[in-house]
Amino acid sequence: MHVVREDSSGQAADGSATKAESPLDLRRRPRVGERIIQGLLLLCGLVSIVTTLGIVYVLGKESLLFFGSRGVTLAKFLGSTRWQPVIGEFGIWPLVSATLSTTTIALLVALPLGLGVAVYLSEYASPRMRSVLKPVLEVLAGVPTVVYGYFALTFVTPLLRSILGRNLVEIYNTASAGLVMGILILPLVSSMSEDALSAVPRSLREASYALGATRLETAIQVVVPAALSGIAAAFILAVSRAVGETMIVSIAAGAGPAFTLNPFRAAETMTGHIVRISGGDLSYDSIDYNSIFAIGLVLFAITLTLNAISRRVVQRFREVYE
Amino acid sequence: MSARWEVLSGDEAGTLPEGEGLRLNLARRYRVASLWRTFFVAAVLVAIVSLTALLYNVIDQAFGLVAVQNTVEPASLAVGGVPLAEQTSEQLLTLLQQRVPSAVLRRMESEQPLAQRSREDLNALVLERVVQLRVLKSWPLHLSLLDREAIEAQVGEQYPQARLVFRSWLTPEFLTRSQSSTPALAGVRTALLGSLWTIAITLLVAFPLGVGAAIYLEEYARDSWINRALQTNISNLAGVPSIIYGILGLAMLVRGLEPLTSGAWFGAVDPTTANGRTILSAGLTLALLVLPVVIINAQEAIRAVPRSLRLASYALGATQWQTIWHHVLPSALPGILTGSVMAMSRAIGETAPLVVVGASTFIAVDPSGPFSKFTTLPIQIYQWTSRPQDQFRNIAAAAILVLLALFLTLNASAVLLRNRYSRRYVS
Repeated sequence: MHVVREDSSGQAADGSATKAESPLDLRRRPRVGERIIQGLLLLCGLVSIVTTLGIVYVLGKESLLFFGSRGVTLAKFLGSTRWQPVIGEFGIWPLVSATLSTTTIALLVALPLGLGVAVYLSEYASPRMRSVLKPVLEVLAGVPTVVYGYFALTFVTPLLRSILGRNLVEIYNTASAGLVMGILILPLVSSMSEDALSAVPRSLREASYALGATRLETAIQVVVPAALSGIAAAFILAVSRAVGETMIVSIAAGAGPAFTLNPFRAAETMTGHIVRISGGDLSYDSIDYNSIFAIGLVLFAITLTLNAISRRVVQRFREVYE
Repeated sequence: MSARWEVLSGDEAGTLPEGEGLRLNLARRYRVASLWRTFFVAAVLVAIVSLTALLYNVIDQAFGLVAVQNTVEPASLAVGGVPLAEQTSEQLLTLLQQRVPSAVLRRMESEQPLAQRSREDLNALVLERVVQLRVLKSWPLHLSLLDREAIEAQVGEQYPQARLVFRSWLTPEFLTRSQSSTPALAGVRTALLGSLWTIAITLLVAFPLGVGAAIYLEEYARDSWINRALQTNISNLAGVPSIIYGILGLAMLVRGLEPLTSGAWFGAVDPTTANGRTILSAGLTLALLVLPVVIINAQEAIRAVPRSLRLASYALGATQWQTIWHHVLPSALPGILTGSVMAMSRAIGETAPLVVVGASTFIAVDPSGPFSKFTTLPIQIYQWTSRPQDQFRNIAAAAILVLLALFLTLNASAVLLRNRYSRRYVS
């Protein structure tokens, strides 16, 4: 932080001596206004702390109420493979399995393609090509997710059904949601990986060329390993993003929890379930209402852990190259 | 990884390949290189093709042939030679009272008294309730263009009474009409206004708070544990899934602060809601959601202001706040604005948190203030997409075009800001 305080620049060395003669009073004065402003600015910053505390408090409190309900135990919540609120079965695995299958499919699409795009942009593309591709990727990353959901349901699902057969692929399925989610996450992976690749010092590449390596050998054997931690961070963040993604799965993956890993069947993810339950007429203090907080808590814990790991990895990566 | 082995294979003998061996080795390496290169280009192509397919799909659904049929022909509703489109509000009102069942009329009265509605609204109601223009079937654009004969044959066979017309689902009326249960008469005015109200509240809250926090972190904060915690916390919040913010909004704003968000503290309760599921709750939820993004962007902009500027200001005797207000902020403003516009373009497309906060499923009445019930454009798209009928898909596509236009306008203005004011200093 490059902070210069006014007390070191605003006062003269011989403040008291010049007091009587000089019309300028150069003594240090308490600046109440300045302190108030600084306090207000700190308050702005504290809003984010309050938000975090709010999230933790709300999720924690309502989850406790959920686990305090009759017939609900933590062991059953984490152990059972049935989610049927009507008969008091609250096992989170059907929701987790759906999240797992959409996330896996999304990552199978986003990680290799994202890394491919990143290597192309950083090692192959001409500056002009980059200036065309970057905005395309930015738009791809910014298109509202509900539009992707529409795309999955009205384009990708019919496509899958016409290729693989209507009997095999249901109208709502995790495969199409996962594929589209992969396209959504691709720009995130490519832009973070490209940053990491661009940060690799030029000298490494030149040394590799000097030893007679081709452009590809330089890219794959020198640049990518050197940027590996940055790329790993991008991958982890991609996982976190896929787990938390909501609209695509709630439109295209189906409604109703199902314990299946078959990507062509309908299943409801954790996020999809929260949206469906809260989108209906929800009465407060019902067990359904409390259950979305318990799911939210699991979701929050997963994404927070992944983000923390990702940041750790990036920090290590910075230490190496600065 | 296969390339690595080929490079090393020369070493096995302890010598580098020469002559014919070198030529073969090189040829092999180049072959591998071109294979990989093909993969990299293919990855880029997949991204471009996906974006194209997405746009194609939306446009394909938003325009196309439709088979339409009226229950009552509008020509028969002319009064004294004045066609329907030119009748006054009073004439339209009488028409409605004659032709529409009284139960339906009463329900419409309770939503908003008919006498207070505008002529356009009444006209839309007549079209919806009396004329009852029905779209029997719609076809996507590619079929409409390539396979018109087959469609005409099908219409002649299945709907002998119907006319086949080319319809753009995105029309000026689509923007100005309110919600309707008949897809052909539905519009996005209510949703668009809801989006604008919500985004205005988000901007009013997130912009000052975000910039304030960024100034504190960049200009005042010393390297103490509390400030480090603040910084870590902000980057953590930026990674929290948006739906968690929805849950926070539901529990804290809608429920916990109900007297505030429903307007009870201000004596401004909207009689149709009387609970916390209001525009204010939605706007505040989105403000919390984009706050970390605004802070991080503003921090970067402030950091880019050269130190010499601050030192010059201090040397002239300015206080720290004077320096920030008169020198740092004006220099950082373009960057801050760009970042904030980007954050707003994210907020305008957010759907999941607003569904959780409690968007209304059907509103035909415009929002009148921060304490009204709300729906927004993405939520409207979500609800229409979830309906099984084809025509709801069509209007969802039209609404998506509106949303994308909004989104691209915001992004383009951010890019313009960035290009116009970027890098006035050599750092």
